Amino acid sequence: MKLITKLGIFAFVVLLLAAPPTLKSYGIYLFTYWLIYVIATMGLNLTVGYAGQKSLGHAAFFGIGAYTVAIMMQAGISFWLALPTAMLGCFVVGLILGFPALRVQAIYLAFATLGFNTAVWLVLRNEEWLTGGTFGINGIARPNFFGLALDDALPYYYFVLVVTVIMAGLLWGLLASPWGKAFKALRDNPIRAESLGINIQAYTLLSFAIGAVYAGVAGALFASLVQFIEPAPFAVHASILMYLMVVVGGPGYFFGPVVGAAVGVLLPEWLRFAQAWYMFVFGSAVVLLMLWLPDGLLSIPERLRAKRLAREASAARAAAAAAVPTQAQQGAQ
Amino acid sequence: MTAPLLKVTDLQKSYGAIRAVAGVSFEVMPGEIFGVIGPNGSGKTTMFNSVLGQITPEAGSIELNGRDITGLNPRQLNQRGVGRTFQTLQVFGKMTVRDNLIVAAQEHHGSMFSRMFAPGDSGLGGKADALIDQFHIKHVAHKKAGELSYGQQKLVDIAMAFMSDPDLVLLDEPCAGVNPSLVGGISSLLKELNGKQKANGKASSFIVIEHNMDFVMDLCHRIMVMVEGQVMAIGTPDEIRANKQVLDAYLGN
Repeated sequence: MKLITKLGIFAFVVLLLAAPPTLKSYGIYLFTYWLIYVIATMGLNLTVGYAGQKSLGHAAFFGIGAYTVAIMMQAGISFWLALPTAMLGCFVVGLILGFPALRVQAIYLAFATLGFNTAVWLVLRNEEWLTGGTFGINGIARPNFFGLALDDALPYYYFVLVVTVIMAGLLWGLLASPWGKAFKALRDNPIRAESLGINIQAYTLLSFAIGAVYAGVAGALFASLVQFIEPAPFAVHASILMYLMVVVGGPGYFFGPVVGAAVGVLLPEWLRFAQAWYMFVFGSAVVLLMLWLPDGLLSIPERLRAKRLAREASAARAAAAAAVPTQAQQGAQ
Repeated sequence: MTAPLLKVTDLQKSYGAIRAVAGVSFEVMPGEIFGVIGPNGSGKTTMFNSVLGQITPEAGSIELNGRDITGLNPRQLNQRGVGRTFQTLQVFGKMTVRDNLIVAAQEHHGSMFSRMFAPGDSGLGGKADALIDQFHIKHVAHKKAGELSYGQQKLVDIAMAFMSDPDLVLLDEPCAGVNPSLVGGISSLLKELNGKQKANGKASSFIVIEHNMDFVMDLCHRIMVMVEGQVMAIGTPDEIRANKQVLDAYLGN
């Protein structure tokens, strides 16, 4: 790792630890909200960025996680039992959603997952006996952490930060193992991957299931953060926004979701000065970004490096040509 | 007499009214380099894809080391020791060359579960580096495979097929689109790999489809000529060169 990268990470960690206490409660809320989206989009980055499965149904898992925790906590069950239940539920449903991906790819898969998201959203909206329908579920408690109350904004923020770091560490470990290479091989060339003995069916299903678990954890934390949930944040538009966060940050870059979720969650707040024009500014920024940086913001260093190498190579060619002027002149005659 | 490594018996496959492969039988011996030539549309690729599990033949059987492998999928075949290269470039473009080689063999080590906790290179780093040296691609080992020149990618593609010590490697036009100076290089690499004993004491066998006649005649121990889905002749390069029927149908004068 280069010194500048290390310094950057160090400064970032200091910011995460030290900034929130200086903020008002809404600022702390936003930081927490952002981290929750980081967790969710880390999972989507695995599915989309590493394994190459175009999923537009991620918000459904976010919703399954949130509602599982909300319903169970309403029934008096502990958050610490509800969280693993939500994770398991998302894993199983994620596996099932993976099956269409064994048959269809690219835009067709996107539509299949989008249909799935709509179906889940309809269940959340229509099954009032379970989900409260459009009235939602309110009064969701915040968890206790070994007797430590997380009711206030700041303790809850640090709790979410710890969970984010743990989830990031687990994903880092998974991607550093041979699994990481298998996922990338599946993304880059499934036919070749299969001819090398890689079980592309299993890795496809697991990329959905593991990605879904991340969304489930994020959803569980989200329910406890906002303490009131209704179907809207789990509709298709949320899936599209999450996909956008992955793409803007840089699909297949480990820290892409950190940047992408900041663009999706924090940037709109900073654009409030634009008032009614905010969506226009945001939309235009995304269009420009896609034109100039189709591989996301984190591809900037790599692009700069490629430019520098190209410059060096052309300088070397020019120098080589200058060193044999007689030949060049002969060629010209 | 040693048993054949691969035994194909009466293979048949049709596409609509066209009989792409109409009863093809041949054997490949351990350590043998077996060439397949024939005009376009003669059924070479259909035969190849049947052996590789890309398509299921309508009739006939394929045996590897005496066991029936007909109808297995490409992954199962690879796990049983069948490797391949592709006619068009099929590397993992966004992974480094070294990672391309490592991922080419990692699924042969341990279970899927144990690989979750295995080191990133699955203990294959040394082997990958050795092949990288042998293929003279050390200077690009840490570049993304998709950024290499066509010839370099072709070398990576071939090297990948050998990472898992396969018993049988099917090479689909290894010289297609490669400049003449590299053709000789590929030929000598394949001879080297064929002569090298693997850890289990056996040598790899190859089946090579190729239109470059000099390359095929120089590299292969035996050659099969296919015409219109059938075997016209099987023999040593000298026998094939001298075969009147083959000369008329394919090689010309």
